[in-house]
Amino acid sequence: MADKPRSFQEVILRLQTYWASKGCAILQPYDMEVGAGTFHPATTLRALGSNHWAAAYVQPSRRPTDGRYGENPNRLQHFYQYQVLIKPSPPDFQELYLGSLSEIGIDADKHDIRFVEDDWESPTLGAWGLGWEVWCDGMEVSQFTYFQQVGGHDCKPISGELTYGLERLAMYVLGIDHVMDMPFNDPQSPTPLRYGDVYQQAEREYSRWNFDVADTDKLFQHFLDAETECQRILDAPADDPKTGKNIIMVHPAYDQCIKASHVFNLLDARGVISVTERQAYIGRVRALAKACADAFVQTEAGGAAA
Amino acid sequence: MPDLLIELFSEEIPARMQTRAADDLRKLVTDGLVEAGLTYAGAAAFSTPRRLTLSIDGLTAESKPVREERKGPKVGAPDKAIEGFLRGAGVAREDLEVRDDKKGQVYFAVIEKPGRLAADIIAEVLEKAIRNFPWPKSMRWGTGTLKWVRPLHAILCILSDEAGVAVVPLDIDGITSGNTTRGHRFLAPDAFSVVSFDDYEAKLKRAHVMLRADERAEAIWNEATTQAFALGLEMVEDRGLLTEVAGLVEWPVVLLGRIDDDFLGLPPEVLQTSMKEHQKFFSVRNPKTGRIERFVTVANMETADNGATILAGNQKVLAARLADAKFFWENDLRVAKADHGFDEWADKLDHVTFHNRLGTQSDRIRRIELWASKLATYVGADLEQVDMMANFVKLDLASEMVYEFPELQGTMGRYYAQADGIEEEIARACIEHYSPLGPSDGVPTLPVSVALSLADKLDMLTGFWAIDEKPTGSKDPFALRRAALGVLRVLLTNDIRINLRQHIEDELDQYLVGSLFQNDVRKGPVAYKLYPVFEDIDLEKIDEDFEKMWRSSPILTYLAQDEDQEFIAPRDAHEIISSLLRSHLVAAEELMSSEEKDTYEVWDYSDYEGFVSEAESWRNFRVELCASDLLSFFHDRLKVFLKDKGIRHDIIDACIAMPGNDDLTLLVKRAEALAATLATDDGENLLQGFKRANNILSQAEEKDGVEYSYGADIKFAEHDAEKALFAALDAAETKIAPAMDAEDFSTAMTAMAALRGPIDAFFTDVQVNADSQVLRRNRLNLLSRIRNICLSVADLTKIEGTS
Repeated sequence: MADKPRSFQEVILRLQTYWASKGCAILQPYDMEVGAGTFHPATTLRALGSNHWAAAYVQPSRRPTDGRYGENPNRLQHFYQYQVLIKPSPPDFQELYLGSLSEIGIDADKHDIRFVEDDWESPTLGAWGLGWEVWCDGMEVSQFTYFQQVGGHDCKPISGELTYGLERLAMYVLGIDHVMDMPFNDPQSPTPLRYGDVYQQAEREYSRWNFDVADTDKLFQHFLDAETECQRILDAPADDPKTGKNIIMVHPAYDQCIKASHVFNLLDARGVISVTERQAYIGRVRALAKACADAFVQTEAGGAAA
Repeated sequence: MPDLLIELFSEEIPARMQTRAADDLRKLVTDGLVEAGLTYAGAAAFSTPRRLTLSIDGLTAESKPVREERKGPKVGAPDKAIEGFLRGAGVAREDLEVRDDKKGQVYFAVIEKPGRLAADIIAEVLEKAIRNFPWPKSMRWGTGTLKWVRPLHAILCILSDEAGVAVVPLDIDGITSGNTTRGHRFLAPDAFSVVSFDDYEAKLKRAHVMLRADERAEAIWNEATTQAFALGLEMVEDRGLLTEVAGLVEWPVVLLGRIDDDFLGLPPEVLQTSMKEHQKFFSVRNPKTGRIERFVTVANMETADNGATILAGNQKVLAARLADAKFFWENDLRVAKADHGFDEWADKLDHVTFHNRLGTQSDRIRRIELWASKLATYVGADLEQVDMMANFVKLDLASEMVYEFPELQGTMGRYYAQADGIEEEIARACIEHYSPLGPSDGVPTLPVSVALSLADKLDMLTGFWAIDEKPTGSKDPFALRRAALGVLRVLLTNDIRINLRQHIEDELDQYLVGSLFQNDVRKGPVAYKLYPVFEDIDLEKIDEDFEKMWRSSPILTYLAQDEDQEFIAPRDAHEIISSLLRSHLVAAEELMSSEEKDTYEVWDYSDYEGFVSEAESWRNFRVELCASDLLSFFHDRLKVFLKDKGIRHDIIDACIAMPGNDDLTLLVKRAEALAATLATDDGENLLQGFKRANNILSQAEEKDGVEYSYGADIKFAEHDAEKALFAALDAAETKIAPAMDAEDFSTAMTAMAALRGPIDAFFTDVQVNADSQVLRRNRLNLLSRIRNICLSVADLTKIEGTS
């Protein structure tokens, strides 16, 4: 049992080291705006097909509707998730997870750690799984899910997925009440930075832009563009005339799906999508996600015979 | 006799599924064992978050051998028939015996099934149970195909008797059975072996696992009440929460915590709901003030600091949750106390959809206001109060608190009403108009609440009936059965007399042409006339039928033509028109809206009157049909409701067949009186007499092709019994008619039952089918008087035979 971490980044670093030691490839964040770590192709696409997989990464995530101008102690429109995906799910996945908590200073002997039913479903990704939210002394510290279906495909084998809400988890470990007060780096360092020093201003700016300024006409157009481009990419013949190779362009298409999803979230925050339209938009993103999933399982990474 | 112990050890099972799962395990295994020829003395099943356990004692050690003889085809039957028989019986041809039968020689198969060892049977039955377990939701994990609620890790399966203990060998997708289990996840994670159920339960307890859910619940409750009592406080009872929490822990540790002073001013319901929903905390109340001052959380862990860290963590999470609740409460109160503050909420409800085909919450409020004010006279409510509260009781749906905690609807409304200065008693309508929520929930009696409660439920029922979203089978997503039962209980409890049919028809009529489909009365009929036509079109014959149809109406002509006034393909036209009509009749509205009518020159206004009257007659037909259907739904609910009170469905049917059956209060009174009458000796015998009279009469009427309904004359009466019956019928009639008019059913029915003696005597002494046609006709007409008198009270033909 290690000492308690002293900063936000130390929590992250310890998780990275821990999951690296358990055999995960430590990936970097996906370089696009996403609503959750699940959207990273390392989770969505890699949960599909028969190939084994083990990856962990930090994913900056954006939920425009959650913006509170940096004033709410727990709510942010931009935050970090830590994501672990192991396929097939190992038999000792729960123990591995508890080990990671211990690594960041949550000792199971001193706390009350519980697995409370929480079935996970992502309507936009056409995905669902069963698992729990993990409670530590009454606080939800992670989501723990066995993926059953992604993009409408049954997962086989099954992936085990972990999502840690990093800010909340770190605030708990560090004993901080307001996220903006949390030490980002070592408080003893020559330039100690708090979370607020890094993100307060951006939160305020994005909250204003998300809620009131984003150009909705342009966003609607972006949505359409992304949707069209995604379909166009997937409709392209697999045979590449230039190289003579079979190249299904799943990842470029999936980028457009991610883009459509984020644009939808922005439109939602602007309040220009009615309740009935909402379902329709979610359905359109799901259709893209499904199309990408269908394409991915035709590829080598997706488990198709080379 | 051996005892069997089974434990299925898995990752955490959702609390809400545990009890049912333990029951299912017991049932599946014991049924399987019995079916395979074993017997047992007793069986009990248990559950914790990580295990399902089944203990069976006094199991037979093996099943008895079974010998069965099966008769087969005749000797010399075709080979195919014989082969089929061999396959079915599972024997070889040379094993068949030939025996003499009445019709000749026949093959017999003698099937001998040897007895089987219990262990073999158990392994088979348990594997089948696991593979077919009825979890509400199950999953796969890793590379396997086995399904369980969460990953299944281990199977303990042992048979023990005086001689010792043995593992029942079993291998399910790599999970092999053994004689070991594990204790508490953190406090005693090591494996240990067990030899019997007693040993298992005792060792589990030492390993910090309480096997029995009721024991855990009791331990939690005892400890919690003790701790609360020590502080002069009391627990707020919550059975559902207690069961759930007992399913979240294997080793309950009760911790009593503080609620920050900042939050003690919140309404107790808010504290309770927030703590329960988010944190699964119990509320602890000060009996002197009624305020909630503390909470109890149940941990699954013993720690060196006696739970101090755990409690501190929980308090911190709670503080964050309650800070949200307080924020909502204060914002809402600010609205409630402001001048015209509630207008803001009313405006918000303009944009909150109630159901996409039944409009917004504001539409619903308008309808409830209209119906409640009509109902007010029936329930004796003050019209002004009803109007005011109709516009108030749903406003809290726009409050922040109810947005966060929908279950606080009504409760919050009451607080906000009081903050606004509405009298406390009247403010109760906010909560009470939702009542009764379930069979055990109280029924409102305050007149304003009664009017609103009825209006609320009748609006739901007529609305969903109008759009044909009725409950089917087990599906009742809008809880319409509950709503109908609620109407029933409110009417009966308050002894309200109302003919529901008229009211229901008025509401349905509004739905079909009223505000829902815009106010212009012309639009509804247009679309409603066209819509069923399109629904009924036979797509096979569309090409021939369609042209006739679209030429028949200017609107259709317009819709079926393209820009160049060319007719488009019939199927395309059909799809376009029906989808237009279906989607809220938008197309029809546009065609008819006055600003634009000039642009649609094809619309022929010359016969507008004729068209509207045709559409209206169609509408009336539909309203009546829909109202009858809803009324019979009420009658079905009534049967269920009265069955619980011991009144049979056929008795209710006998009363439903009478006029005025849409007055449910009256209907129940009639049914109660009839049930009471039929329970007496006279009543039961009268029923037999009536049936006999009715049978003879019906047969004669069928045979003679006439109806004997008039003209029985005492002057043709020969026997004393016959004369006495005339007198008795006269006497009964003079009593029954006024009693029925006065709705005094018990007097009427007593008078009817008094006919029993004379009717019995008549059938004993008099032969109806006399040789003299005059006498026969007179007697048949006399029987018809019996029938008419009885039928004026209730339709006794509906009562099932009791003899």
